[in-house]
Amino acid sequence: MGSRLMVMGQPNLIIFAETLHGMAKENHDLLVVTSDSRGSGKLSEFSDDFPDQIIEVGVAEQNLVGVSAGLASMGKHVYAVSPTCFLTTRALEQIKNDVAYSNNPVKLIGISAGVSYGSLGTTHHSLHDYAALLSINNIDIVAPADNLETRKAVKASLDYKKPIYLRFGKRPMPNLHDEDAVFEIGKAIPLMPEKEVYDVVILAIGEPLVPAYHAANTLVEQGYSVDLLSVHTLRPFDENAILESARRSKVVITVEEHSVNGGLGSRTASLLMQNGVFRPMKIIGIPDEYTVTGSQEEIFAHYGITADGIVHTAKMLLEQ
Amino acid sequence: MSILNKISTSEGKIAELEYKSILYREEILKIVRHAGAGHTGGSLSCVDILNVLYNHLMDITPSNFSKIDRDHYVHSKGHSVEALYVVLLDQGFFSREELYKIEKYESPFIGHPSNAVPGVEQNTGALGHGLSLTVGMALADKLDGRDNRFFTLLGDGELAEGSNWEACESASHYELDNLVAIIDRNDLQITGLTEDVMSLEPLRDKFEAFGFAVREVNGHQIADLLDIFDQLPFEADKPNLIIAHTIKGRGVSFIENQVHWHHKVPNDDEFQLAMDEFAEAKIAWEQKNG
Repeated sequence: MGSRLMVMGQPNLIIFAETLHGMAKENHDLLVVTSDSRGSGKLSEFSDDFPDQIIEVGVAEQNLVGVSAGLASMGKHVYAVSPTCFLTTRALEQIKNDVAYSNNPVKLIGISAGVSYGSLGTTHHSLHDYAALLSINNIDIVAPADNLETRKAVKASLDYKKPIYLRFGKRPMPNLHDEDAVFEIGKAIPLMPEKEVYDVVILAIGEPLVPAYHAANTLVEQGYSVDLLSVHTLRPFDENAILESARRSKVVITVEEHSVNGGLGSRTASLLMQNGVFRPMKIIGIPDEYTVTGSQEEIFAHYGITADGIVHTAKMLLEQ
Repeated sequence: MSILNKISTSEGKIAELEYKSILYREEILKIVRHAGAGHTGGSLSCVDILNVLYNHLMDITPSNFSKIDRDHYVHSKGHSVEALYVVLLDQGFFSREELYKIEKYESPFIGHPSNAVPGVEQNTGALGHGLSLTVGMALADKLDGRDNRFFTLLGDGELAEGSNWEACESASHYELDNLVAIIDRNDLQITGLTEDVMSLEPLRDKFEAFGFAVREVNGHQIADLLDIFDQLPFEADKPNLIIAHTIKGRGVSFIENQVHWHHKVPNDDEFQLAMDEFAEAKIAWEQKNG
């Protein structure tokens, strides 16, 4: 824990595909369903090595999810892989009814999530998916940040008994955790040494955990006491860990690659308010406006989803 | 005592099933009346199809329902749930007492199929979902080398949903000859004639163009339904589609072909008139079958 030289890893999507490849050998009931998305999903090798375990439905996301639900209802371990923007919007009614409501335990894999597609524009961004899925009952929501979280989340998903949504970006991610870090769906992972009190607690989900990590260490170097949690799971939400951390802290910051409405920040604010934990708070994410054009990195910089942006936000909150 | 006890005095399957259809229709009206809600017209149009499916064709029983290795059914036109409830009741999936809690607080018997009800496989009600679900289920059976059959009943108005045609593509691409889609072609939807609201014809050509083996049948003639179902699978490596020509509201003279009976509930007089017609139908059946 604490500041250390980080080793650059792979894009989480590659780790997803590798992990799936490893599991498919032993599990003939493991099926991947794609909507002309095997290349984007880094599944070409899977397709070559397990041609009987990949099902193509063409560019047809509603059918992707409906067929996946039917397969899952017959006992298959189904990974429905599609760009997040299409999977969780075009097929939202199939997710709601055929997967969640019917309780067909599909694993929905949202690839190139958030603003991963950068300059491809709003059609290809997914800044709504946490909000949409959080308001639908019976689907768990996980956005792993680094390769370790990805590997462990994918392994845990195989025998998961209920519908689950996994969200992945596409850029290479540094390894933020020690190899022996404990990952459990629904359990936030602390990344800083535990203290009695904190100046600031930072909660981050998915790829923005990286700038959050750098921000936390910068703040520590400047003499602040900081807690940082990787809140990789939005449902089930690790309420106890977040409440405990916020109670010990002066201010709270959340960071996510999602609309500031309806994601980690909203969920956290709701949790804190309803439990009487009143703290100055800032939700860092994509605001309610036409998203600025540019690469993922440029969009992050524009909206302060950077180490500097988070440090600045923390100091502002502490000065209030 | 249930009016839907198995008939012991039948003279052959056709007569037996014809009598069941009268009883089913009577029960549908009673359920709709009891619940104060329901899709009367569509349930009456599809009930003969369900009758033949459950009593003759499909291997789906309360005792094998928890198993995967059996036939499967998805009620894609979920609004016509009263017809499904009546047939499942007759199969012994639940008691009449349980069913008559329909639409009451905490009852699993709601206005669309829910798998909280024994015998219901997939939750439906939003249109255009059943065919994709059935494709997935049929595909799983093929992958596992089993030879069960997968049935789904679609409404004709439902076919305007584009998701159906995505599902059609995959059904033929994967050569799902174990899949049987049945269209309850009663020509009406909630607003009016399907051909006025959004024309479907040439319906047969469309499904054939999508790679289905298509047959058409009178969806109320038990003998014809038995005959067509016994011809399954129609062609090698092709998904099967049956256009069942039906009459919305079939079996009650003043409900037949009346668009406003889509989800109308009979009042006292209408209910009694319907019961009188069922009584007459039973007499006619007895005279015919001695």
